[in-house]
Amino acid sequence: MSTVVERATRRPLALGRARWIGFETILIREFQRIVRIWPQTILPSAVTATLYLVIFGSVIGRRIGTMEGFAYMVYIAPGLIMQAVIINSYNNVVSSFYGAKFGRHIEELLVSPLPSWIIVSGYVAGGVMRGAMVGLVVSGVWMFFTRLPVSHPTIIVAAAVLTSVTFSLGGFLNAMFAKSFDQISIIPTFVLTPLIYFGGVFYSINTLPAWARHLSLVDPILYMVNSFRFGFLGVSDVGVWDAFAIMIVAVTVLFLAAILLLDRSSGIRE
Amino acid sequence: MNALSVQGLTKTYGNGVQALKGIDLAVEEGDFFALLGPNGAGKTTLIGIVTSLVRKSGGQATIFGYDLDRELEAAKSCIGVVPQEINFNQFESPETIVVNQAGFYGIARPVARARAQLYLKQLQLWDKRKHASRALSGGMKRRLMIARALMHEPRLLILDEPTAGVDIEVRRSMWEFLREINQRGTTIILTTHYLEEAETLCRNIAIIDHGRIIERDRMSNLLRRLHTETFVLTLRHPLQQAPGLPAYSAKLVDEHTLEVEISTEQNVNDLFARLSALGIEVISMRNKVNRLEEIFIRLVEKGAAA
Repeated sequence: MSTVVERATRRPLALGRARWIGFETILIREFQRIVRIWPQTILPSAVTATLYLVIFGSVIGRRIGTMEGFAYMVYIAPGLIMQAVIINSYNNVVSSFYGAKFGRHIEELLVSPLPSWIIVSGYVAGGVMRGAMVGLVVSGVWMFFTRLPVSHPTIIVAAAVLTSVTFSLGGFLNAMFAKSFDQISIIPTFVLTPLIYFGGVFYSINTLPAWARHLSLVDPILYMVNSFRFGFLGVSDVGVWDAFAIMIVAVTVLFLAAILLLDRSSGIRE
Repeated sequence: MNALSVQGLTKTYGNGVQALKGIDLAVEEGDFFALLGPNGAGKTTLIGIVTSLVRKSGGQATIFGYDLDRELEAAKSCIGVVPQEINFNQFESPETIVVNQAGFYGIARPVARARAQLYLKQLQLWDKRKHASRALSGGMKRRLMIARALMHEPRLLILDEPTAGVDIEVRRSMWEFLREINQRGTTIILTTHYLEEAETLCRNIAIIDHGRIIERDRMSNLLRRLHTETFVLTLRHPLQQAPGLPAYSAKLVDEHTLEVEISTEQNVNDLFARLSALGIEVISMRNKVNRLEEIFIRLVEKGAAA
């Protein structure tokens, strides 16, 4: 009598398959969770997108006119889609992982033979999945009311995925450190929201005075929003390849930090 | 081969509490093993280290020869654990919980679904498979944790007080189930506060206290060490005072209840012969306390006095 993993450890291919099933299971569980609580996970972003569209796009946007040669409603659309992707990727992982910690069902994974990098990858993939689902819903809402050009589809997908992975990893780290539900809402409220709002979602930094423009360049979300906007409109306030380099470095550093922390199990194992 | 082998295992928590002070323990493959001890003795810490939920401070542990430090994945895949506290997602259904758990151990979903049916039926949870697990009764939740632990068919099943808070009928059906699992080849380590449970199920036993193993023996050997047992006899006719029973220590609890202490050199037949000679009719008889409980209390008290 021997177990699947025990047999698989003697055969690398079988071990890879066992790990893949583990990864897939975390992802399926995350999907089940997103669908089970869809009024909390999907609906709010669709409602918010519609409100932004009506208020900023239609009511205020008409008075603003154009920005970088595009109608204001069209100009802010990629940033608002990206905002939904960022917030939902982050919130999915932070609430799911912290909930598992709080309810102690994280132990189901910790006693299993899955290595830390698979567990982190599974949760991050869940965050990306929700980011993508909400991103598509918000895009659908905007596409319904305005015609959004698509200049570089590959860049749109790459920027969305890398941004989503970055903030899913951010949510994972937040959940690792959090000791209460308050601590999982502090970062989204006091860090993420200001960074998004100052990250060029509603304006081009070229409209700012020099000091504010330089200050904006330290906000990582500026690079994510602009690379995504470049994919749609073909315009960006920053170099697109600089933006991708920053995102790749962020993903690498955060992924390694998440694995290290889970291996040490700070805040989980005694 | 040993299912579990630990040498010199120590654990000191961040607050300075030394929970394990050098544990050496071996559990043979196929055994039904009791790990007993008072609250705070170190049982759950020991289980936590073996299941990798607690990091050890020192020592070595192997599961079926796999070293926990060097071959963690293989070692973990051999273990199924039923923890003391409920630790599944109470918003998920029993079927989802067990199928997902199998996935974490690399078992493909079609196989996992078939096993879910098998174990949920065996543990009488099949009718509840689609319900939210938070709506299950306490006994059902405990059985669900057993089903979950069995999904990857572990070679070693660790049960940390699996029947706590479960009514006697359910407890006995769980005993039967665990016996069957053990007979099919799964090694079982059981911690429990119901010593009758340990005495009924387990072949070998270790008692842990203050972070040390204070006793390790076969259950039968340990029970033989009990020199005296106290029986409670219920009498048909009332007595006003304890009858004269030379060589026995007898105490009248009330007019219908007599407690008699019998040593291993004496026998119950002789006692009954003497009672009959005195015209005392006994209508029922039971042990005052469970035999293992009596030894357990003596060993722990001896340890505390030392």
